[in-house]
Amino acid sequence: MEVLPRGVRVALGLGLAALLVFPFVGSDFYAQMVTRMMILAILAMSLDLLQGVAGLVSLGHAAFFGLAGYALAFLTPQGEPVGLWWTLPLAVLGSGLAALVIGFFVVRTHGIYFIMVTMAFAQMVYFLFFDNKALGGSDGLYINFRPGAEIAGRTVFDLDSPLTLYYFTLALMLLVYFFLRRLLWSPFGRALAGIRVNEHRMRAMGFGTFGYKLSAFTLAGALAGLAGYLWGVQSGYINPELMGFHMSANAIMMVILGGMGNFAGAIVGAFTLETVLHLLKDLPQLGSVNLGKHWQLWMGSFIVLVVLFASRGVLGLLQPSVRVEPASEDRSQHG
Amino acid sequence: MAEIVLSARHLTRRFGGLAAVDDVSVDLWRGRIHAVIGPNGAGKSTLANLLSGDLLPSSGSVLIGGQDTTGWSPERVSRAGLGRSYQKTNIFLPFSVWDNAFLGAQSREAQQPWNPLRWLQPAARSQRARERCAGALALAGLSHRHGAIAGTISHGEQRQLEIAMALATEPQVLLLDEPLAGMGAAEAHKMVELLLRLKQEHAMLLVEHDMDAVFTLADHLTVMVNGQVIASGSPADIRADPMVQAAYLGEEH
Amino acid sequence: MDLPTFLIQLLNSVQYGLLLFMLAAGLTLIFGIMGVVNLAHGSFYMLGAYLAYALSALFGSLTLAIIGGVGIAVAFGLGLEWLLFRHFYRRDHLDQVLLTFGLIYVFEELRSILWGDDVHGVPVPDLLAASIPLTDNLSYPVYRLFMAGLCIALALGLYLLISKTRLGMKIRAGAFNRDMAEALGINIKRIHALVFALGVGLAAVAGIIAAPVSSVYPNMGSQVLIMCFVVVVIGGIGSVRGALISALLVGLVDTFGKVLLPQAAGMLVYILMAAVLLWKPEGLFKQ
Repeated sequence: MEVLPRGVRVALGLGLAALLVFPFVGSDFYAQMVTRMMILAILAMSLDLLQGVAGLVSLGHAAFFGLAGYALAFLTPQGEPVGLWWTLPLAVLGSGLAALVIGFFVVRTHGIYFIMVTMAFAQMVYFLFFDNKALGGSDGLYINFRPGAEIAGRTVFDLDSPLTLYYFTLALMLLVYFFLRRLLWSPFGRALAGIRVNEHRMRAMGFGTFGYKLSAFTLAGALAGLAGYLWGVQSGYINPELMGFHMSANAIMMVILGGMGNFAGAIVGAFTLETVLHLLKDLPQLGSVNLGKHWQLWMGSFIVLVVLFASRGVLGLLQPSVRVEPASEDRSQHG
Repeated sequence: MAEIVLSARHLTRRFGGLAAVDDVSVDLWRGRIHAVIGPNGAGKSTLANLLSGDLLPSSGSVLIGGQDTTGWSPERVSRAGLGRSYQKTNIFLPFSVWDNAFLGAQSREAQQPWNPLRWLQPAARSQRARERCAGALALAGLSHRHGAIAGTISHGEQRQLEIAMALATEPQVLLLDEPLAGMGAAEAHKMVELLLRLKQEHAMLLVEHDMDAVFTLADHLTVMVNGQVIASGSPADIRADPMVQAAYLGEEH
Repeated sequence: MDLPTFLIQLLNSVQYGLLLFMLAAGLTLIFGIMGVVNLAHGSFYMLGAYLAYALSALFGSLTLAIIGGVGIAVAFGLGLEWLLFRHFYRRDHLDQVLLTFGLIYVFEELRSILWGDDVHGVPVPDLLAASIPLTDNLSYPVYRLFMAGLCIALALGLYLLISKTRLGMKIRAGAFNRDMAEALGINIKRIHALVFALGVGLAAVAGIIAAPVSSVYPNMGSQVLIMCFVVVVIGGIGSVRGALISALLVGLVDTFGKVLLPQAAGMLVYILMAAVLLWKPEGLFKQ
């Protein structure tokens, strides 16, 4: 569902207004929680480009998320902060480059192979960091100082302030959203959508689909890197778990939960999943059983139920189905 | 003045020990329809796949517009000027009729991946692509249905869209695989008219089972049985050929 | 590297490879025949291992643990197939990925509730606890030879089942063309349930016999799952023969890699996979 119906757009507008005023209404703690949700929303949007638009289901997307966080950790010295203006683009470019290299191998596969090899490559990256003390090992790395945002020696804004970090993240989230919405309707975006529906026919019409898919993979990786950098800024701590397939699967869940292919769903999904997670972890004691401790059981069941009954996500539930079944899936396995 | 636009020489394709296409040569002239007929399993669709780049030939060559396109990928062959429609409807079902054809029109634009406008400006902004798209739909007789979702239009209209998508890429050669498949009399009649309209500007290869349509449309016929060409010539010659009658025409509707 | 050490590493490679094959065979069959990707396949391995722990403590005998464990695991697998999986054979891979990912969470938590989060050891049965001496100070455990032997026996059994029996023919027919097979009177639903049970059973056996060697610990399923996926990708989805060759290859690369190049050890298998993909994007023995 690419074109958002009016009702949804109104709801999104209200949501944006709520986000704008939230820090003044809630406490610092909640502002930080929402900041984290916005960071995950950027990750989810990047995955939506890959999955919802281009139709590539990657179980390794979190690798590019974590790599940027590690980039920030490596670039930040022990004793002082590092500059925002050069480390952010560098981290994003680094993730993009990693995506380009991995994508070169991975994008040539199709269907289930693609899912499996993305998972395998991402785990390779995970183990690279997990096994090597020099890269932080299983303990991960700390970022002792948040990056400084200075121009000509004067501090423009202070990321140590939760309020500033909140609005900085919000601005970036909106920037990514509007960029991706434009991309969706551009020739590039239209080609990706065509590839998702019928790659074989796209090739028959003259599109070099490998190049398009690789570009989408790279761009999605770079945007995941942006989210990863912000995560590093906010939490100050990066570990290999942020790159593993659990994280990737969670990102997939966010995109599915909200509704794929329009980027607004990704934002809704990220917020929803994080909220559900918090609710489940905070469940009270029921007699002798600590329900919150077994949150994984509830989370897993929640995921299973969503897949069984609501696989078009929250936004999908709001729109009546003009469900047109695509022609048999073996088309995508040609070529 | 007719020129040879596509020339296939001694095309062979083996699967294991079996030759699905065995030493087949075909020439396509601009302004003429060359029909390929034969019983099921004769290798007609395999031949089409060899010409369009969907399959690699075991031996033989294909030239389009003088260029050797043998072994080229489907996208390269398309860019060399070949447009193809498929036996099994191969359209973008969730998209509108317009969007289906527009993708074909868009494919002829310079892709220019370094150009930020290709990533940021709406695709619909391109006037040339819009013109190509409108032209293709008009030629295929679908202008009035441009807003309909492809999955909801009738079977006959879907077959028209099949062709419109190929037309939108402004090909020199049209490869049409059973365009009349599954059509009733009225729809088939419309399709035959469409194909006659297309003949003027294109070189066409038509794979078909509907013998009435074939003998109405074809300027030249090739008959395939078990991967081999058993006869090739004008419709009159083919109709009179005893081998063809025995192998194929006798049993046909 | 001297001969005895080389021999030991070779035996280790083969044994590890055969174990991976047990898992990969199930995964590749389930995918090749039903078209379902199952991220929770590693959980069946884990289930086997934990059952080995629970049952060998209960029965005091590994043989009984194997029989009992496989029985329980297969019953569980059949129940799961009937309840969930059979509704997903024709659904998107994406939905399957998410469903099975959700199941991983559920299974991990159930495991935690039933057996806790500690690492457990499983004793090697006395009969197999000896070692075969190779040199003055090097010997090879009999148990590992037993593991390899059992895997070979099961692999042979699988081969005979699929290529030489009528059931195997029906399985292959169902993979080739489901609707046609149904039209010919083959009960596809039963075949699918059987194949699923077979996959689960193989994974569980692998877990049971591996338990004394690898111990029993949380998340053991996820670790082996990745290797399993790599094996299936390299071998070609749907090809059991490919899974065998690929598993042995991975076993060799991984084991010798850890010995010869310890810093790059973890990555070597992935480099192998990348190389294979460049050459053959659908695996060595594409179906």
